[in-house]
Amino acid sequence: MPDWGYQIHKDRQIDFDRNDRRLAQYIRKYEPTFKLCISCGACTATCSTGNLTEFYNIRRLNILLMRGEIDEIWSQISKCMFCGKCELVCPRGVSTRKVILLMKEGIQKIKENEQI
Amino acid sequence: MKKEGKRMVWPAYQKNIADDHYYYSRSCIRQNFYPGTEHTFLRILGQLNKDICDDPRHTTCTGIGYHTDVVPFETAMTVIARHFALMTGLGYENMITSCITSFGLYSEVLETWKEFPESEEKTREYLRKATGREFNIPKDLSHASDIIYKFRKEISALGTHRLTDIHTGRKLRAVEHIGCHYSKMFPSRGVGGAEFPCVLSGLIEEFGGEVVDYPERRLCCGFGFRQYFIKANRGFSVACSKKKFESMAPYEPELILTNCPGCFYFLDRWQYVISEMEGVLYGMRNQGIPVLTYEELAGLVLGYDPWDMGMQMHQIPVEPLLDKMGISYDPEAKYKGLKGLDLGVPLQPRQLAI
Repeated sequence: MPDWGYQIHKDRQIDFDRNDRRLAQYIRKYEPTFKLCISCGACTATCSTGNLTEFYNIRRLNILLMRGEIDEIWSQISKCMFCGKCELVCPRGVSTRKVILLMKEGIQKIKENEQI
Repeated sequence: MKKEGKRMVWPAYQKNIADDHYYYSRSCIRQNFYPGTEHTFLRILGQLNKDICDDPRHTTCTGIGYHTDVVPFETAMTVIARHFALMTGLGYENMITSCITSFGLYSEVLETWKEFPESEEKTREYLRKATGREFNIPKDLSHASDIIYKFRKEISALGTHRLTDIHTGRKLRAVEHIGCHYSKMFPSRGVGGAEFPCVLSGLIEEFGGEVVDYPERRLCCGFGFRQYFIKANRGFSVACSKKKFESMAPYEPELILTNCPGCFYFLDRWQYVISEMEGVLYGMRNQGIPVLTYEELAGLVLGYDPWDMGMQMHQIPVEPLLDKMGISYDPEAKYKGLKGLDLGVPLQPRQLAI
């Protein structure tokens, strides 16, 4: 192919008809309490990792999950220390620690082209 | 909406277009990349017995330089004032621009003079000092597509072909793409305003085709001078066109109709670039979607030879469309010049059949 000197930029539009919903469906399957989340942000407010590092935000991770932006989640998720404070404060009883664990597990499977 | 109400509102979306006696201002892009198109426009007006002046003394409007921040607005105003002076000197009052960028810039200048009369005075002084010329503001400023739109019924009546599939009688599906600077900046200067621009859809319907509406219909083609003229930024430009192609492809359009030189150029050329980079073509049967200008479409309807109109200069071959419309052409003559001289055959792209 000739050297064009530029590449076609990737579209940043969030298209819910084309999103990769595999990871969200995987989490809902194995942790049904995830459906109860009302995005109140209590988890984010109490998160030690969020307070000690940049850009780590559990509520944001949930939004990225719905949008299917797996690469962005993967770049952040390893910061979680699994302290579980988020789970303690959640008013809806979502097992957030399990959700984070399933995110890691699911992304790993997707990256290895495994069926999830 | 009630139809009666719509009829009452619609006159407010119309613009005045002069009947005759035009001064023509050419486009930098079109006369270089698709030289046949402007010639076709002049030929159509000749056939309609209209008086049009194609003045070799006029220059660029500086639109490209202005939008890339190379040419100051004062300079642009003075250059455009000179065009008005040339028009005035020849006794014309109606200006036609071939280019949408020019149309937008002329409109911007006229609106600026209306809002800030002192800038007009200053421009008159600059022009006087530089060239000794005086000018009148044109009575009517129209884009060339406005003129074709105005005379669409006459062209259709004179026409020998329709925008239908001669084999089935089916209306051909066409998408239209109107240049951003046509009516998005100054809505009252475009037919149908910024909300319902119908300068091209009106042509398609008049010539017997079906206008396809699609989600990204009003998205910019991506030309936007800054992102195109810097090579490394062209990825944004091609991404815009790609978004449009992806949006229109499910509707299987058989033709893209444009009225802006930049849009025409990009929607034609980027199909080739995307096919080379990603191996994707958006037309049916793995072909590209032919892109036409309003004069080329009118010329085809009037029965002009496609090669006389310079349609061999298109990146996307127009033959599938010609076959559907039942227009005869000589494949051997495609790359022959007007005097039968060989123009040379382009190299075969990897994906796109030429």
